[in-house]
Amino acid sequence: MSEATMEISLSVNGEQVARTVPVRQHLVDFLRTEMGLTGSHLGCEHGVCGACSVRVDGAVVRGCLMLAVQADGAEVVTVEGLTQTGEVADLQENFVNRNAMQCGYCTPGMLITASELLRDPKPVTRAEIRDHLSGNFCRCTGYHAIVDAVEMTLNKRLEEG
Amino acid sequence: MKAPKFNYVKAESRSHALQLLDELGEDGRIIAGGQSLMPTLNMRLSQPDTLIDINKIPDLGGITLDGNIVRIGALTRHVEVANSPVVAEHLPLIAEAMPHVAHHAVRNRGTIGGSVALADPAAEMPACVLALGGTMVVESVNGSREIAAEDYFHGLYETARETNELLVELRIPAKKTGDISVFMELAQRHGDYAMAGLACVARINGNAFEGLRLVYFGSEDKPTLASKAVSAVIGQAWSEECKEAATKALEDDLDPMANLQGSSAMKLHLQKVLTGRALDTAIERAEAA
Amino acid sequence: MNKESPAPILDRPNSYVGRTLSRDAAKRAVAGRGRYTDDINPARTLHAAFVRSPYGHAKILSVDVEEAKQQPGVALVMTGAELAEMCTGPWVGTLTCFDGMKSAPQYPMAVDRACWQGEPLVMVVASSRAAAEDAAEFVMIEYEELPVVIDKETALDPDTPAIHPDLGDNLAFEKTIETGDVDKAVAEADIVIEDTFTFGRHTAVSLEPRALLAEYDPGTERLTIHTSSQCPHMVQAVFARTLGLPEHNVRIVAPDVGGSFGLKIHTFGDEIATIAASVKLARPVKFIADRLESFATDIHARENRVRGRIAVTKDGKITSMDIDIRSGAGAYSQYPRTSVFEANQILNITGGPYAHENYRASTQVVYLNKVPTSQYRAVGHPIGNSVGESLVDQAAAACGIDPMEFRRRNVMHDDSYPRIGAAGIEMRDMSHQQCLETLVERMNYDALREEQEEFRKKGVQRGIGIAAFIKGTAPGPSGYYGAGGAPIATQDACTVKLEPAGGVICMVGVTDQGQGVDTVMGQITAATLGVPIESVRVIEGDTDAVPYGGGTYASRATAIGGEATYQAALKLRAEILEIAGVLLQAAPETLDIVEGHVVDKGDTVSRISLAEIGRIGHFQVFELPNHVQPTLSATHRFRLRDALYIFTNGIQGAYVEVDIDTGFLKLLNHWVVEDCGRVINPQLADEQVRGGCVQGLGGALYEECVYDAAGQLQNATLADYLTPMAGEMPDIEVAHIQTHTGVSELGAKGVGESGTGAAPAVVMNAVNDALRPFGGKISSQPMSPETILKALGKV
Repeated sequence: MSEATMEISLSVNGEQVARTVPVRQHLVDFLRTEMGLTGSHLGCEHGVCGACSVRVDGAVVRGCLMLAVQADGAEVVTVEGLTQTGEVADLQENFVNRNAMQCGYCTPGMLITASELLRDPKPVTRAEIRDHLSGNFCRCTGYHAIVDAVEMTLNKRLEEG
Repeated sequence: MKAPKFNYVKAESRSHALQLLDELGEDGRIIAGGQSLMPTLNMRLSQPDTLIDINKIPDLGGITLDGNIVRIGALTRHVEVANSPVVAEHLPLIAEAMPHVAHHAVRNRGTIGGSVALADPAAEMPACVLALGGTMVVESVNGSREIAAEDYFHGLYETARETNELLVELRIPAKKTGDISVFMELAQRHGDYAMAGLACVARINGNAFEGLRLVYFGSEDKPTLASKAVSAVIGQAWSEECKEAATKALEDDLDPMANLQGSSAMKLHLQKVLTGRALDTAIERAEAA
Repeated sequence: MNKESPAPILDRPNSYVGRTLSRDAAKRAVAGRGRYTDDINPARTLHAAFVRSPYGHAKILSVDVEEAKQQPGVALVMTGAELAEMCTGPWVGTLTCFDGMKSAPQYPMAVDRACWQGEPLVMVVASSRAAAEDAAEFVMIEYEELPVVIDKETALDPDTPAIHPDLGDNLAFEKTIETGDVDKAVAEADIVIEDTFTFGRHTAVSLEPRALLAEYDPGTERLTIHTSSQCPHMVQAVFARTLGLPEHNVRIVAPDVGGSFGLKIHTFGDEIATIAASVKLARPVKFIADRLESFATDIHARENRVRGRIAVTKDGKITSMDIDIRSGAGAYSQYPRTSVFEANQILNITGGPYAHENYRASTQVVYLNKVPTSQYRAVGHPIGNSVGESLVDQAAAACGIDPMEFRRRNVMHDDSYPRIGAAGIEMRDMSHQQCLETLVERMNYDALREEQEEFRKKGVQRGIGIAAFIKGTAPGPSGYYGAGGAPIATQDACTVKLEPAGGVICMVGVTDQGQGVDTVMGQITAATLGVPIESVRVIEGDTDAVPYGGGTYASRATAIGGEATYQAALKLRAEILEIAGVLLQAAPETLDIVEGHVVDKGDTVSRISLAEIGRIGHFQVFELPNHVQPTLSATHRFRLRDALYIFTNGIQGAYVEVDIDTGFLKLLNHWVVEDCGRVINPQLADEQVRGGCVQGLGGALYEECVYDAAGQLQNATLADYLTPMAGEMPDIEVAHIQTHTGVSELGAKGVGESGTGAAPAVVMNAVNDALRPFGGKISSQPMSPETILKALGKV
């Protein structure tokens, strides 16, 4: 079988791009190899670890469980885009100050996943934060510091309305 | 690992998808949310000739109340089901089950139709649909047909859907006044596939079950209606003895498959525990209501 | 805390040492700007994929790669035999320090026989990983299946075939140590408790898999390798020696490393193959292990069965402990660190916190047709601590003494050091008593016991666990590696330089994988030199730049690398003050450095800035008299002298709830009090402990590489090999006692493995505490719901 390809055009971090891609390529391989956006990581490529989490049309998804061709016409946001817009600057600052990462490999996925909890902030318990992050694997921190950082950010946002 | 080579067609409409399914036969494979298919592609465990992407078909999603039936389009994402006021009000069993379905990111993309079509024996939605007595609507170029949940799930990843058919809708009877539902699942980690699970729908009069459907998942090769356990309960005043009789009878309903999570005996034990707990909870909920 | 610090400069007010500072690498990570090996993509990079053995044990009858070579994008297909020809010889994973140890010769890819499922057989190099995998499907191999050895208990039986017939049997190593007289102690004891413990096979599951990018330049004959490694100099030596290349021509760069946990102190055959491909093709070749091959090739660990026995007097005094270990290794002993350290370490540390004088430990390590085993975070400690602390709990229960009180009566006293521990190893600078009393306070132990009782009355079964521990950190040169003949440095070095503009460069042999090693070295440098932390740049992870060192393993970075940094900075400081003395016509001893300026001692007014000294020292050297020849650079190399390890100690507490009907656990609270000596950065030390605990809890609760009878790994995906996730893990409270080690002036001991070492023990004790009223007891890990239900007799 020869390599089937398809033209796609999509918005990546606010920039409109068009590419011809192999139809079998998953979204994160596309972002990493075609777009040079290496912030999204591959940890398992079977949808368990969450390191590849990206935002597609406003919702966080596993980037390895979506084909690049399926993002045709979509708006994709990676951690680089999230950083650029400053949407989670407070969360990022708290991650740094609380040392909510060690090796940093899970961090982009954690931030993107947590951003969904922060977008429309509601009071939540630590257990609910843990539940929300339960699909993102971190081997380094033991999660405590990550929960702290998300909780601090959420409380601050709630306080500030 | 990287997925093997395949061809890819984006179905523009329902009829387009049906036509593709008909033409491709065994060579075609539908991709909806892809949350179960994509891992098998990435691991080269499945090597389809052509993927038929139904994600852009406009009229395959959505949740509506149609008389006393809740109609859920096959392409409806788990997150939409979880957030749906219609589901919360009319299908509380599904609303209760939804937080157990994988994780946020997977619920954002995965579809209820995909879950039912795949028929993973440890998945929540097939069990719920069976417990609620739902109907699957499938279409092919030859027309559409409805398959009752009882007839739909055949075995491990096997259903009554033919190769050229597309699951387009779930039709699930809305909760009737007085119906009580309980969903329980045991998974070692949040969002894992169930080690044992139970979807329960009951009608309760005073302290007795008048009507009861118990559907077990995570232990058999498909979601399984327990009839013996139900017979042991119906019409009896709910009591510890009754509970014991029900769990004893469950031994004749279930023959769990051992897997990495545990032995057949352990799974049966857990299903028994869940049965007692779920029926206790049902009685409590009836009293509260 | 020591009364008179040998490093008073670090104890100054507002010292950078002892202070929480954030990591620069963290700022990069949150922006998605980390630079891991797979993020580096030189032009013309090729990608490697491997055909791996589908069998646990099989003879390779024929290999046909012709069709594979014809596939699109393929640049090279290399068989095991072809690779063997490029190698100087096979690996033999033995060390001379392990008497009588044997292992079979191992080539990077199997030549004529595959000995575990996942062993690399053929490499395909192509334009993309996908193309390489496509072509790999066309490699045709004929096998003849051979019998597998899977069960460590029967591996030495006469009718079990030897995996490597030349070795005669499947025994890798055996050893017995004894102090005192165990048999006498047992005969005289009031109470003797025996139990048998089993531990599942684990693997590290670093989120970033193993990764390597090799770039060979045929012009200069230089080989540059970016790889996700903890030990650049060690892998330089192994790669160069295996492929017959001059070591100084091989440059190893460890860029950001996405988790390591001991996995990345090792070298693997597929990595050698990738490098060989780059040499052969003169192009960059990259190999990124995918998750499936990680499970089937990354080192495994922890598969052990331990029989243990404790003897006590009825008033609760431990008189002896003895253990017998059967350790299940893989098909080969991992080169060059071996597969026997784990068993040896269990033998060193079991029952380590206690003052008994009779101890016997024996071990047999056996080969199995499974993935080779080797060092993984807290090597052996999770096992030794689980065994020792469970026996202690059982003994306490038999004596009718509260387990905290029982430990209080038996731990080595804080004023008894230096002393010889039960295993015959010297212990010094420890604080079991202080740690225990701190834990009692932190847990609010008595109130917690009351609460537990209240819950019991309500039918809620909660358990309280306690586990004291010792941890061998920062191994010395007399013990294993250097002495054992492997090219693994136990010393480490630091070079500190003052740059012309006053900036300070600190180059260290130890490496950072997210622990904050670079931050810690920066803090030590800044505090010692007296410069603002912002003016210090730490460089690590590049053999072209840093002085030769062992890298980061065995909780050694701060203990060894930190002391080297401290001493190097002291030397540079002395030179700076000497130059300042000349320029200021003052005696150096009357001067001090504060915030980057030379001042008079006790004053804060700048007499000359370090930038000025840097400028003069590099450019205006004529301002100095002829006898002053500034180097403005100092290197110090630090090694332990006689000590085998710098032992640390601590104690953990756990509070759990057990659903006795389902066997499900809820982890409610977790406490750690540990003594890592001087704490350089409290937050980083805490987070090492927290992350380490959860890694230990994962093993205690979920993790196990499951093999079937045919030698097939059953759960080689992240969906089936369960790791701890956020939803089930507890918050963890950490406290530190700081008894400085006397073997260095810095006083720091290791901290990175203390959480992992005792977390399994404490949670197993907590579960058993909850089960005790029901007569149930767990002696095996992982403690799955089924294990617990079986212990309760419910299944």
